[in-house]
Amino acid sequence: MSLDSAPNTAKSSVEFKSSTFSVPVLVIQSHDLSDITRKLEEKLQQAPDFFKNSPILLDVRTISEPSTKKLDLNALIKLLRDKKLFPIGLRGGNADQNNIAIKLGVSIQPTNPNHENEKNLSTEPAVTHKIDSEINSATDQTTRESSSHPEFIPATLINTPIRSGQRIYAPGDLIILSQVSAGAEIMAEGNIHVYNSLRGRALAGVLGNTQSRIFCFDLQAELISIAGNYKVNDDLDKSIQHKPVQIYLQDLALIIKEL
Amino acid sequence: MARIIVVTSGKGGVGKTTTSAAIAMGLAKKGHKTAVIDFDVGLRNLDLIMGCERRVIYDFINVINNEATLNQALIKDKRCDQLFILPASQTRDKEALTLEGVGRVLDNLSKDFKYIICDSPAGIEKGAHLAMYFADDAFVVTNPEVSSVRDSDRMLGILASKSRRAENNQEPIREYLLLSRYSPERVKLGEMLSVNDVQEILSLNLLGVVPESKSVLNASNAGIPVILDEKSDAGQAYADIVDRYLGEDRPHRFIEEEKKGLFNKLFRSK
Repeated sequence: MSLDSAPNTAKSSVEFKSSTFSVPVLVIQSHDLSDITRKLEEKLQQAPDFFKNSPILLDVRTISEPSTKKLDLNALIKLLRDKKLFPIGLRGGNADQNNIAIKLGVSIQPTNPNHENEKNLSTEPAVTHKIDSEINSATDQTTRESSSHPEFIPATLINTPIRSGQRIYAPGDLIILSQVSAGAEIMAEGNIHVYNSLRGRALAGVLGNTQSRIFCFDLQAELISIAGNYKVNDDLDKSIQHKPVQIYLQDLALIIKEL
Repeated sequence: MARIIVVTSGKGGVGKTTTSAAIAMGLAKKGHKTAVIDFDVGLRNLDLIMGCERRVIYDFINVINNEATLNQALIKDKRCDQLFILPASQTRDKEALTLEGVGRVLDNLSKDFKYIICDSPAGIEKGAHLAMYFADDAFVVTNPEVSSVRDSDRMLGILASKSRRAENNQEPIREYLLLSRYSPERVKLGEMLSVNDVQEILSLNLLGVVPESKSVLNASNAGIPVILDEKSDAGQAYADIVDRYLGEDRPHRFIEEEKKGLFNKLFRSK
């Protein structure tokens, strides 16, 4: 990758790279350790494998002010480690708690004001059922911000007929409520849905997404293709013509199944 | 403001000019001031069908090039004083048509006409494009056979995407299906697509079915719009179409095979 011509300077023994991952967040809502232990054990029981050796982010933002001071962070972190959890960060602690965390090898995570929603979600049960600790297994949103997660692309919706000679390209899914005439061409990087007669050409997963599928109410297509694997009308079995079908790729073969 | 109607099809020889002449005459006879424009520059026919070919002095291209005024070029029909014809130039080609020129002529006509019929040439090139570009309504003339239906479908796509209304995000052009040269006998024999077949493929509002009829050829040769032949089936079909377009309720005719009794065989001549 390096353009450097000197052979040895080009390679470094370490390299910093940015990467993102999801971490379960444990929202602490009480200072009562025995209660936390009980609730935690209940939760761990439900999905022991999921939480085994899992990194975890501690969130103490929702504990009310007097309780925060009473919370024994030392004991809590020890408790989690005993349960084979790896607390990797603390969010929303006071100065003393931050110091304790750092001493115990737990990093301090900045609180992000954008996460009001998440906060509200977790405080709600505390009010109604007085649940003192809750494992919030929702993906930690801070990891998403500079993330490599694919951006959400809304589906393209069309409710007018696609006439002969027209071409439609959708960067995500393509949903068509009207007919697609012979001689028309519809393409999508994702799935294609035609809730009417499909008489033209339909190409799903045009950038190579082999998971994409084609769905239609009435298959009369001139050509169907998923990620470049195609069939022309002549190759289509009589038994599925004029039928509602789904089309998908299995071991590089187009499978057409009646719905 | 006038309502601009394009009579179009994509394919040639399906009856666009016959339809334009008939519809224009029908609307004019109902008392609406109507102009009919021949966009088939270089292959001018409308004047022949309308029977005014010997009265052409100036044409559409002269008006576009400001070589003549609209009033000089418009030919008043001898049978109906509400009908005016703007003939195409026979010595030029479609390149002589310009978007600004056509727009200006239509704007001027819109001021004192109720309906403007644009008789589109075949194809999807410049002449056909300019004929449909300013339209409010489209009569898509289709014959009951696959290539004509396919071409009409293509034209419908162009109407939906390349018209002024589409480009300005206005209410789309109203599209009507006009099935011409229909023969119920041949449909029954499986030689022709049925009305239902065509409607299933095009999913379009059926404005009317014009039966295959000798009267159309006779009328064309005589330079009389077929709608004036009130006894003929084609003439009646066009009269129904005009009525339906104007919002009147007319049941569809000429779709079913006519029962041929002895009386019909003896006395009915078509």
